[in-house]
Amino acid sequence: MSRPWPPECRLHIVTGKGGTGKTTAAAALALALAEGGGRVLLVEVEGRQGIAQLFDTAPLPYEERSIAIAPGGGEVFALAIDPEQALLEYLDMFYKLGRAGKALKRFGAIDFATTVAPGMRDVLLTGKACEAVRRTAADRPGAAFAYDAVVMDAPPTGRITRFLNVNTEVAGLARVGPVKNQAEAVMRVLTSPQTAVHLTTVLEDMPVQETLDGVEELRAAGLPVGAILVNMVRTAHLTIGKRAAVSTAAEKRVAALLRPYGIDTDETHALAVLGREHAERLTLEEVERRALDGAGQPVVELPQIGGGIDLGGLYELAAALSAAAAIGEAA
Amino acid sequence: MSGTPKRLDVDGLLTDPATSIIVCCGSGGVGKTTVAAALALRAAEQGRDVVVLTIDPARRLAQSLGLTELDNNPREVEGVQGAGRLFAMMLDMQRTFDEIVENHADPERIEQILQNPFYQSLSAGFSGTQEYMAMEKLGQLRRTGEETGSWDLIIVDTPPSRSALDFLDAPNRLGSFLDGKLIKVLMAPAKAGGGFALKVLASGFSIATMALNKLLGSGLLHDVQTFVGALESMFGGFRQRAEETYQLLQAEGTAFLVVAAPEPDALREAAYFTERLAAENMPLAGLILNRVHPVTVPELSAEKALAAAEELDADSADPRLAAGLLRLHAERVRLAARERRLAERFTASQPGVAVAEIPAQSGDIHDLDGLRLAGDLLAG
Ligand SMILES: Nc1ncnc2c1ncn2[C@@H]1O[C@H](COP(=O)(O)OP(=O)(O)O)[C@@H](O)[C@H]1O
Ligand SMILES: Nc1ncnc2c1ncn2[C@@H]1O[C@H](COP(=O)(O)OP(=O)(O)O)[C@@H](O)[C@H]1O
Ligand SMILES: [Mg+2]
Ligand SMILES: [Mg+2]
Repeated sequence: MSRPWPPECRLHIVTGKGGTGKTTAAAALALALAEGGGRVLLVEVEGRQGIAQLFDTAPLPYEERSIAIAPGGGEVFALAIDPEQALLEYLDMFYKLGRAGKALKRFGAIDFATTVAPGMRDVLLTGKACEAVRRTAADRPGAAFAYDAVVMDAPPTGRITRFLNVNTEVAGLARVGPVKNQAEAVMRVLTSPQTAVHLTTVLEDMPVQETLDGVEELRAAGLPVGAILVNMVRTAHLTIGKRAAVSTAAEKRVAALLRPYGIDTDETHALAVLGREHAERLTLEEVERRALDGAGQPVVELPQIGGGIDLGGLYELAAALSAAAAIGEAA
Repeated sequence: MSGTPKRLDVDGLLTDPATSIIVCCGSGGVGKTTVAAALALRAAEQGRDVVVLTIDPARRLAQSLGLTELDNNPREVEGVQGAGRLFAMMLDMQRTFDEIVENHADPERIEQILQNPFYQSLSAGFSGTQEYMAMEKLGQLRRTGEETGSWDLIIVDTPPSRSALDFLDAPNRLGSFLDGKLIKVLMAPAKAGGGFALKVLASGFSIATMALNKLLGSGLLHDVQTFVGALESMFGGFRQRAEETYQLLQAEGTAFLVVAAPEPDALREAAYFTERLAAENMPLAGLILNRVHPVTVPELSAEKALAAAEELDADSADPRLAAGLLRLHAERVRLAARERRLAERFTASQPGVAVAEIPAQSGDIHDLDGLRLAGDLLAG
């Protein structure tokens, strides 16, 4: 297996079809990257408070907060980037706008910039993430940067290219001026090997199709595609050879084996039907796997966690990601 | 048992001639499009003349509905087995937005608007655009149905937003943007006079303008002003139609169906949505629980199945098949119990909401046969 992301990668952007596990995978990846003493920032950009929900904490303010300790030491911080706050911060930092900044706010210009001109909003969101990537460490002896990595729980596949392609989006709107310069600076980070865009999916037709389309779009825009994270992979209870074997004859043999347990032939038949459906699903999943392999990107499988995701489940997923990265490293 | 909900009478709803609009909503990926299409097919096969507005259908489903060309208009679906007719269309958001401009803006301004970078940015990315356009299209379908008599039942799918509520909030969001102070001030130069209050606003505004020009370059503000000025003639109509469609949703003959998968996020959204509909006086017909996993051997507990599987593992006569089936069953029993618990929690917090279920199929639902089967399962 190839490396799921380049070693110099420090900005991990996690996209995927809605509901396939972007937030979960982003959190697990942050834990995996912090493993053994690192410091990682997990950011969200859609105002959904998905990270707070996942870690079962109060809604995140616009402030970097420690949210979890990684296996073997290491710490994950979280930040919900709010475009309005990011704009004000940006204005303050670079222009000392003061009164004019307030006027902008009073006139809803901030609202305007952040809701109506999505390109502007996006450059603020990605800009803040890039700032965290580049921030140098004042308080970390021996470390070059404040964070070893930044993981973004990003918008879904359908919007990701537009979201990251801030340069093109903003170019039509702001032709000159600092916002345009900012967009260009952000774009330089996003198209460099420092960045990888990972896509989560499940082994079903629609999400796989969307993933393949997403990979194409990202590539066409010159954005660096990372790994395909196949999420919620279920345990196969029938080995390959047995899948086709849930035949009528096999059902008879199984019935004989199960009778001592008080399971009658009707019940065995119901179990066999379940087995056939399972086999059918596994076959379809194989087709989806092959389609994903065709994308030519590294693929990492994440197991389905029974009973829902809690911190333990996140650690389990983080372990799967670390293992994949370690195998890739060795290869 | 108190947790047992009322069964949703799907056929009663579909065949009632008073039912004229059915809105399928729910969070993304739960099966809204599938349910909308399955209901539409069933209604047509029971004699209704139906149009279904789908949003982002799976490619193969779109193909089986004959939706190969994106022309933003309904086409008749072939292969309906029954007295009614079925039309289907796929929403093209950008096309719908452009059509509004073409139909409602001053003729000499149409090109100017369509070419404006702000229009292009807004129409493609304003959060809620898709929701708003779905509403707009619903209004159009209603008018076409009344004019041509081609259909008397409209089934609408809703955009694949994360939150089911986005659909109801979109028109308001667009409205409040259009009512915003900035828009007012930007439009002021276009209006004669403007009045004292606006003049005061305008002086503070020039500070803001200067700041914006400094940040973005002066060309930008000019584009915004042109854009806003050009759209002005449409704004009134925009809001008015959004309000009309909203009222349509509250009218007699409209029924909402909330679609959810038996998972915590989807059911949480479904509960919010149920409460919100009640608050807005919008009629909820029921909840459709999609992709549930039934237990087929109820007498066999998960523990017993696993214990038997362990024993069989040690038995060399078993070629692993029996043990595999038992483990599969045990997993199913646990999953079903979890789904049942989640569904009961929903029913307890939303008593009186009728429920219908569709079991998870092993493959996708991507053709008329699949939709027909889903319809049969729904109707119970
Ligand atoms: N590997 C997994 N095993 C089990 N459940 C999962 C897994 N990954 C995600 N989930 C669950 O699926 C749902 C959607 O995941 P989430 O990360 O919120 O998706 P997204 O951010 O893409 O919408 C959540 O309820 C989450 O707990
Ligand atoms: N009961 C079901 N069993 C199996 N697959 C289903 C079921 N319902 C929906 N699907 C599949 O799930 C995918 C998503 O369904 P879709 O209706 O497009 O969801 P939504 O419109 O809510 O995003 C489709 O590929 C569809 O075929
Ligand atoms: Mg999420
Ligand atoms: Mg859909």
